[in-house]
Amino acid sequence: MAANMTSADTRGSRLRWLVIAIPLAWMLIFFLIPFFNVLKISFSTRARAMPPYKPVLTMVDGLAGLFDKLQQFTAANYLMLVADSKYWLSYVSSVQIALCSTVLILLVAYPIAYGMARAPRQWRTTLVMLVILPFWTSFLIRVYAWMGILSDEGLLNQLLMHFGLIDQPLRILTTNWAVYIGIVYSYLPFMILPLYATLEKLDETLLEAAEDLGCPPMKAFWKITFPLSLPGVVAGCFLVFIPITGEFVIPDLLGGSGTLMIGKTLWYEFFNNRNWPLASAVAVVLLLILVVPIVIFQNQQQKQAEKAR
Amino acid sequence: MRRGLTWFNATSVALGFAFLYLPILLLVVYSFNESKLVTVWTGFSFRWYGALLNDKAMLDAAWVTLRVAFLSATIATVLGTLGALALVRFGRFLGRTVFSGMIYAPLVMPDVITGLSLLLLFVSLDLDRGFWTLILAHVTLTMCFVAVVVQSRLVTFDRSLEEAALDLGATPTKTFFVITLPLIMPGVVAGWMLAFTLSLDDLVIASFTTGPGATTLPMKIFSQVKFGVTPEVNAISTILILVVATGVIVASLITKRREVERQKAERLALQG
Repeated sequence: MAANMTSADTRGSRLRWLVIAIPLAWMLIFFLIPFFNVLKISFSTRARAMPPYKPVLTMVDGLAGLFDKLQQFTAANYLMLVADSKYWLSYVSSVQIALCSTVLILLVAYPIAYGMARAPRQWRTTLVMLVILPFWTSFLIRVYAWMGILSDEGLLNQLLMHFGLIDQPLRILTTNWAVYIGIVYSYLPFMILPLYATLEKLDETLLEAAEDLGCPPMKAFWKITFPLSLPGVVAGCFLVFIPITGEFVIPDLLGGSGTLMIGKTLWYEFFNNRNWPLASAVAVVLLLILVVPIVIFQNQQQKQAEKAR
Repeated sequence: MRRGLTWFNATSVALGFAFLYLPILLLVVYSFNESKLVTVWTGFSFRWYGALLNDKAMLDAAWVTLRVAFLSATIATVLGTLGALALVRFGRFLGRTVFSGMIYAPLVMPDVITGLSLLLLFVSLDLDRGFWTLILAHVTLTMCFVAVVVQSRLVTFDRSLEEAALDLGATPTKTFFVITLPLIMPGVVAGWMLAFTLSLDDLVIASFTTGPGATTLPMKIFSQVKFGVTPEVNAISTILILVVATGVIVASLITKRREVERQKAERLALQG
């Protein structure tokens, strides 16, 4: 009997080990280790070969050859990022665009989430569903939809001219205005949902108490509702800020040649200039910029998951 | 606190939803436009849908995309469910912080970084880029989303049911398949659907990790859009929107009905 128990126990622990090991191994191989590979290649030099960088570390020439190759690594790509203003300006402008649009998204999303949380209970599931639905439809298609609206002969310009508000089409597409509109539109649901989740759980007796004590509604909002919704605000901000900083599709399709964003710079460095080592250096620095917000985001998600248990 | 909607709340919700839906609606309307100019309405026509049927490259891309999305979503659902179990059920284990970090980080990681790092990995390993590297890349991206969705289902789960099964002598594997899996099924299904649509949608990671012969629909759409707005893209977009919206709505209706039936059964059980 006792022997039976232990065999079942070891089987259980082996099973437990497998459940952890399979996804852990997958993520190590395909997520964590590749970053070190990127780091390595960011110190190599461009080459006319396949793969288009050197040195390629092999043991063909023995240990001496390997040492020889290790000496070929250089920091030239990083020096390039500092020396050429195109690169560091891209970083500055990406962070700037991401910060401004995060604030914009928060301003647009908050009233929507607030209204949803105050809607009659039987409507709320449908409203949440309606926010999620556009998120399920293709990101690319949603950005594309704005190209038809914002172009020179697009619907917005036609509408404005029809009402005589302007005589000449406004140039919106290929400017940063279009980039902001596209970003706010595409990332709005990511902000609405965490905001709604915290606002919906808000204890309304607190607001009733404030009203009874003679607190004006505006003051009650800033003293009670907003501070209590802060976890949702923080979650939403990180959820949009980090991916926006590295955004490629929106600045490429809606922005113009003057729109500098680092995701676009990386893409062109990789696909058009085929400079893989430089593209890797761009990625490493972008990751360094984002590592602090990403770690904060992870900790927060983890804390929320623990709290729900 | 006044209950219900004030005019301010109602307006902000209405305007918000108009903003979310109007561009998509216009896109759909103009897919039925006769004219080649997307922005000038000349008459109703199915012309662009017809053109789509004859565009072999576009149809091939759609077929590749569907196969990749189906396979990668299925693998990602298995791995993501295991990941969620590891996170929720196994408490502290060696490397848990690294593990949960690797589950949450891909949710916000910019696509260009994930795409580039996977491509460089495939090149270093000397793998031929194409259909299978694309699947590896999409599984990596989407299994994290599955893990998060399934995890939220697992934390609200009544552990005593599992304990009862184990006490009655069921093996852990049997307990999982008979008790746990059916109960977390809505989360698993939602995770699969999310993984499927994310894979269907992805342009950036696919562009990095695929090779000749495995061009996906978003890549095809992107290259057409680069040359300007064309009604054919409106037509294919409309079909995609229709398929995804139908899928999501049907799935949510089924879940809702199941939930209602379950509650009814519970009430009956309590009365009986």
